[in-house]
Amino acid sequence: MRRGWSRSLLAVLAGMLVLAAACGGDDDKSDTSGNAGATETTASGVDGSITVFAAASLTDAFGDIKEAFEKENPGAEVTFNFAGSSALKEQILQGAPADVFASANQSNMDPVKDAGKASDDKVFVTNKLEIGVPKGNPGKVTGLDAFGIDNLRIGLCAEDVPCGEFGREALENAGVTPKPDTEEADVRALLTKVQSGDLDAGLVYTTDVLAGGDQVQGIEIPADQNVIAKYPIAALSGSKESATADAFVAFVLSPDGQKLLEKRGFTPAA
Amino acid sequence: MSRRRRTTGDRPPWALVPLAAVALAFVAVPFVALIQRVPWSALPELLREPVVTDALRLSLVSAFSATGLSLLFGVPLAWMLARTDVPGRGFLRGLVVLPMVLPPVVGGAALLFAFGRFGLLGGPLFDATGILLPFSFSGVVFANTFVAMPFLIVTVEAGLRAADRRYEEAAATLGAGRWTVFRRITVPMAAPSIIAGAVLCWARALGEFGATITFAGNLQGRTQTMPLAIFLDLESGGADRESAIALSLILVAVSLAVLIPLRDRWLAA
Repeated sequence: MRRGWSRSLLAVLAGMLVLAAACGGDDDKSDTSGNAGATETTASGVDGSITVFAAASLTDAFGDIKEAFEKENPGAEVTFNFAGSSALKEQILQGAPADVFASANQSNMDPVKDAGKASDDKVFVTNKLEIGVPKGNPGKVTGLDAFGIDNLRIGLCAEDVPCGEFGREALENAGVTPKPDTEEADVRALLTKVQSGDLDAGLVYTTDVLAGGDQVQGIEIPADQNVIAKYPIAALSGSKESATADAFVAFVLSPDGQKLLEKRGFTPAA
Repeated sequence: MSRRRRTTGDRPPWALVPLAAVALAFVAVPFVALIQRVPWSALPELLREPVVTDALRLSLVSAFSATGLSLLFGVPLAWMLARTDVPGRGFLRGLVVLPMVLPPVVGGAALLFAFGRFGLLGGPLFDATGILLPFSFSGVVFANTFVAMPFLIVTVEAGLRAADRRYEEAAATLGAGRWTVFRRITVPMAAPSIIAGAVLCWARALGEFGATITFAGNLQGRTQTMPLAIFLDLESGGADRESAIALSLILVAVSLAVLIPLRDRWLAA
């Protein structure tokens, strides 16, 4: 009886494998034919679709870059996976199909390089921290010292996320022991809670304050307390569309790409 | 367990066997894979870490609180839906199960719009009392209840509708008041579905993630439940990934410890 069960289980699992393989094959085929079609119609530029893993803070800027890049390369298609850099690093190390990685700090890029998934990375922009407060600044926040005040509702990014790491560094520079009410998984989640007014202040990037629009005001942090975040980008070595991945990285580093990033509040670094 | 075996069991139509095996494998394989990654030697040490004990305590207390609230408010609503002719009952039923289909993150955002500092009710509440639900443990219980209560309501409503109403009618003819009938006849007769619903509700609340992190935020010792701690550890990788896996194992073990006996008793019937 028991043997019978395990045998049918095996048969079914084998069947599933075959099915999965067959589906995979189909995908490949349609993919190549799609590429062939695109090559015929594209006069210049690269084609194929790539997946870019990018830090959450790049959401808006990379949206602009995608638009411009796809305009310049009509055969190319860019898909994004935005999240906290540490999560992205982890996904890449676990074998997620990424072609380009743009991290908000070096410490999440290095393990990817160490694992042989990227050989060459370049810093493409810098960003700095700013205190984001809801419109009207209900908590009357004026500086980093607010983050140590008990009855203000303040938020930081979780410690392992770049904005959390930099945020704690800046607070240390200012000699403030933070009393956070929440430690958010990424900077955009933190921004959302500042936007809604549920937090009196959140330590985010300058670019996020800009992205928050009317609902968020920024309070600058003195240069001697602030931390400059350097964003590295790299094409990943496992990429099936390495030409397109390289072209995307090159575009981000190009004057056109840098201009788009600057428009969203980043400081060009290339 | 064997004492409750009723018959020798039906012989299944052969076509069911492979399909059932797929279902079983689909559920079991990921758990096997998870258990295979557990850092057993580090487990005792991890179990003593404040992050873990805090998260476990918060998870258990919030899941039981949410189940209690769901029983208190959900059973009456289930009764209304099953037994009365409130206008728009179909619409109300749909509304009640909405949190089951809604992505929990959306539920969390909706809770923020309702009970946040500038929310529909949260604004006036804060102005009047200074009480703020987001970033508080009550916020965690709110999020859990919002997501889990529908499981209780749906189960209890089905149980009430399947129940034989002649006993209630007989009690009423014998002079029992409506409240007595509800208390002495309806609730005892619906007990299996109430308990089954409570178990489902508890299990859903224990695993709640999306609405909690969106509405209540994440802070160790205050709002960081097990799923939140696991998520953040899993994201950061390295040694944290090991503790995330260990935490997951604890969560699985706690759920099984509660679910297996109850399922045997109440859900298998």
